[in-house]
Amino acid sequence: MTSLTDPPKESFRLGMLIYDTRYRSLTIQVVALIGFMIFAAWLINNTLYNLAEQGKNVAFGFLSDPAGYDINQRLLDYNSQSTHWRAAFIGLLNTLLVACMGCITATIIGVFVGVLRLSNNWLIARLMTVYVELFRNVPVLLWIVFTMAIMIETLPAPSDFRGENPEASMVLFDTVAITNRGVYIPEALFSNGLGDLPILPDRENPSCQPGEDGTLGDDCGVFQISLDLLLIVVVFGASLFASGLIRKRADRIQNETGDRPNTWYLRVGVVLLPTIAVLAVLGFHLGYPELKGFNFQGGTHLRNSLIALWLALSLYTAAFIAEIVRAGIMAISKGQTEAAAALGLRPNRIMNLVILPQALRVIIPPLISNYLNLTKNSSLAIAVGYMDITGTLGGITMNQTGRELECVLMLMLVYLAISLSISAVMNWYNERVKLVER
Amino acid sequence: MVDIHFVRKSMIEEQEPPVATTGVAGWIRENLFSSPLNAVLSILSLAFIFYVLSALLPWIISPTWAATSLGECREILAGHEGACWGVIRERWLQLLFGFYPRELYWRVVLDFALLIVAVAPVLFTGLPRKMLVFSAIYPFLMPWLLWGGSVWNPIAAALGFVLGYYAHKLAKPTLGSLAAVILAFVIPIIWWAFLSGPVVDALASVLPLITLEGVESRNFGGFMLSITIGVVAIAISLPIGIVLALGRQSNLFIVRSLSVGFIEFIRGVPLITLLFVASTLLNIFMPPGTDFDIILRVIIMVTLFASAYMAEVVRGGLAALPKGQYEAADALGLDFWMAQRLIIMPQALKISIPGIVSTFIGVFKDTTLVSIIGLLDPIGLSTSIRADQAWNGVVWELYGFIALMFFIFCFSMSRYSMFLERKLQTGHR
Repeated sequence: MTSLTDPPKESFRLGMLIYDTRYRSLTIQVVALIGFMIFAAWLINNTLYNLAEQGKNVAFGFLSDPAGYDINQRLLDYNSQSTHWRAAFIGLLNTLLVACMGCITATIIGVFVGVLRLSNNWLIARLMTVYVELFRNVPVLLWIVFTMAIMIETLPAPSDFRGENPEASMVLFDTVAITNRGVYIPEALFSNGLGDLPILPDRENPSCQPGEDGTLGDDCGVFQISLDLLLIVVVFGASLFASGLIRKRADRIQNETGDRPNTWYLRVGVVLLPTIAVLAVLGFHLGYPELKGFNFQGGTHLRNSLIALWLALSLYTAAFIAEIVRAGIMAISKGQTEAAAALGLRPNRIMNLVILPQALRVIIPPLISNYLNLTKNSSLAIAVGYMDITGTLGGITMNQTGRELECVLMLMLVYLAISLSISAVMNWYNERVKLVER
Repeated sequence: MVDIHFVRKSMIEEQEPPVATTGVAGWIRENLFSSPLNAVLSILSLAFIFYVLSALLPWIISPTWAATSLGECREILAGHEGACWGVIRERWLQLLFGFYPRELYWRVVLDFALLIVAVAPVLFTGLPRKMLVFSAIYPFLMPWLLWGGSVWNPIAAALGFVLGYYAHKLAKPTLGSLAAVILAFVIPIIWWAFLSGPVVDALASVLPLITLEGVESRNFGGFMLSITIGVVAIAISLPIGIVLALGRQSNLFIVRSLSVGFIEFIRGVPLITLLFVASTLLNIFMPPGTDFDIILRVIIMVTLFASAYMAEVVRGGLAALPKGQYEAADALGLDFWMAQRLIIMPQALKISIPGIVSTFIGVFKDTTLVSIIGLLDPIGLSTSIRADQAWNGVVWELYGFIALMFFIFCFSMSRYSMFLERKLQTGHR
C-alpha cells in the first residue's frame, strides 16, 4: 500500500538563481542593472577626472554671463549684452520658427506631389517621380548649401534695384523685394497701437520706468508681447467660437426639421467683421520695404539663411511626404471607392467622406515622424549660418565659453524634449483613430 | 401581324480600331490629353521641361574640360554662360579619395571591390553559401587595407573571436553553460586589451610577413570617407541593433527600460549633436590617456546612431512574424537563444532587409554632416577646393558632381531594396 507523501521541501540553493526560470529573470535584471550602473559610474568618473585635469568643472553659471555676440535673425529683442540663456532661447525660437514654416510648406508640397504622382497624366506622374527621387537620394545638407548658393549667386543685389532702368524690380505690386541679402516683405504696423506688454518685468530695471510718452523701454521684461497682436488673436478666436455656435444651431435645426438654414453669410460676417473693425480701430497698415542707401529699409527682413534652410528642408521633406501620401491613398482598396459610388456619392464626397478618413489613418503617423525628422534636420542651419539653437548654444556659446559638456547636454535635452512632445502627440492621435476591432 | 426578324448569318469582319486610340496618337491622347485639365497640365509641364533643359543643357555642354583654372574657363567661354568642368577633371580623384596617398589608391579600390564580394552572398541568396566565409573574414581585412600596418593586427583581432569561441566550446562540458559564456566574453577582452599588442609587436619584428604602408586617418576624405563611415557603422550597428531590439521586446523590466531609453534618446536628438560629442566630448568620457582619432570617434557615434535606428527596423521585423512561430519554437522545447537563432532571427532579418538597406541609405547620406565638424567629406572638400586660388568661385560644378555621385549610390540601393521587397513578398497575396 502506498501513501501519498508531500514532495520533499525544496531548499533554496544558489544555483537556482541561474538554472531556475523563476529566479533567472530576476538575476539577469539585477546583473544588467549593476552592469549599467558600473558603466555609468565609470563614464562619470572618467569625465570628472579628465575635466579636473583640464581645470574645468561642471557648472551652468556661465549661462547668465553676457553672450557678446549678435544674432541677426530673431523673433524677440536681443543684443550682444544679453545673456547666454537668452541667446539659447532666441535660438530655440528660431529652430521652432523654421520647423513650423518647414512643416507647413512640406505638407502642402508633399500632398500636392503625392496626389499628382497618381495622376493619369503620364508626363505629370513622371515629372513628380523625378522630383521625389532627386530629392530623396541626395543628402539634405547638400540641398541646404545648394539653395544657399543659388540665393547668393543668382539673385540681384540691392544696388540692382536702383536707378532709372533698374536691372531688378520688386515683385507683387512692389511690396516684396527679393535680393541676394534676403527677402524683404511688408510688415504689419499699427498707427494707434496699444504698445507692448512686458512679461516678468524687473522693477529695478531703468527701462521699466515709463518714459515721457508713457511707454516702457525695449529691455523691460524677459520678452514683450504686442498687445495689438494679442487683441486681434482674442477677437478672432471669439468670432470663430461664435461662428461655431451658429453652426451648432444650424445642425440642431436640421436634426429637428430636416431643413438646414442657410447660414454661410452669417458665419462669414461674424468671423470677418469684428476682426476688420479691430484692425481699423488700431490703424492697421503695411510698412513696405524701401531702398535707402545701400540696402532696403522697413518691412520684415527674412535673411538668406532662413529662406535657404526653409526651402531646402521643405522640398527635401516634401519628397518623403509625397511618398507617404501616395502609399496612404493606394492603401485604400478600390472597393471602397466603388462602394461609395454605388451608394450614390459624388466624387468629391467620396474623397472627403470615405477615402480621406481612412487614408489619414495610414498617413498621419509617418507624417508626424517626418515632421520630427525635419525639426532634427533644422539643426543643419549651422551650415548656412542661421542662428538656431545649434548655432547659438551648440555653436558660438560653446566655442566662446569652452563649456562643451554643459552645452551639448542642454542641446540634447532641448531636442529630446521637442521629440518626445511630438511623439506624445503622435501616440495620442494613434490611440484616438485606432481601428476598434472585435 | 407581320413578324420581322433579322438574324445575322455571318460575322462582321474585324475592323481596324479607330486611329485616335492606337499607336502614338492614341497613347498621347490617352495619357496626356484625356481631359482639358490634363491637356493644360501636359502643356505646362512640357514648357517647364523645355525651359529647364534649355537653360541646363548649354550650361552642361561646355568645352572647358581641359581648363586648369576658373580664369581659363572664362577665356574659353568668352562671355557665354557655361560650366567649368576643368575643376572636376583636376580634382575628381580628390573628391573620391580625399588626401589618401595617390600610389595607394589601389588599396581603397580593392577594399570596396571586396566589400561587394563580401556583401553579395548576404543580399543575393542564389550565390554559393561558401562565400559567407569570405564575408566573415572581410571585417578584419577592411580596416587593414585602409589603414595599413602589419598583417598581424587583423589576425590578432580575429584571434580574439576564435579564442572566445573555443573557450565557450571547451568550458561548457566541464564548467557549465554560464561559466562558459562568461569565459567566452572575458578571455577575448583580456586578449585584446593586454596581450594582443605586445604579441603583434613581437610577431611583426620576428616574422614581418606583409606590412602595408600606414595611412593616417586625417588623410581620409571624399566619398571614400563617407562609404567607410557608412559601411562600418551599419555593419557594427546590425548586431547591436538586434540585441537592442530583443531587449525592447523582452519582458524583463530593467532590460526593456534600458533598451527603450537608449533607442529613444538616440532617435530623439539630431545626429549633429552626437557628432559634437564625437568631436569635443568622447575623449573626456574615456579613461585618461585614451586618444581615439577623430575618424574613429565619428565612427563610434555614427554607429550608436545607426544602431538605434537598426533596432527599430529589426523590431519591425520581429513584430511582423506571426505569433505561431514563437509558439512553435516553444513547443519544440528550444530555449530562448536557440529559438532566436534557428527560427525567429532568420525570418525576422529576412523581412527587415529592405529596412536595413534604407537605414544604410540614410546613414550614408547623413555622413555628409561630418563636414560640419571639419572632416573632409565631399562637401567639406568642395569648400577646401574653393579655397584654392585657381578655383575660387566654382560652385555648381562641384555641388552637381557630388549630388550626382550620391544620387547614383542611393538611387541604385533604393531600387535594389524595392526589388527585394517585391521578391520577399511571397506569402500572402
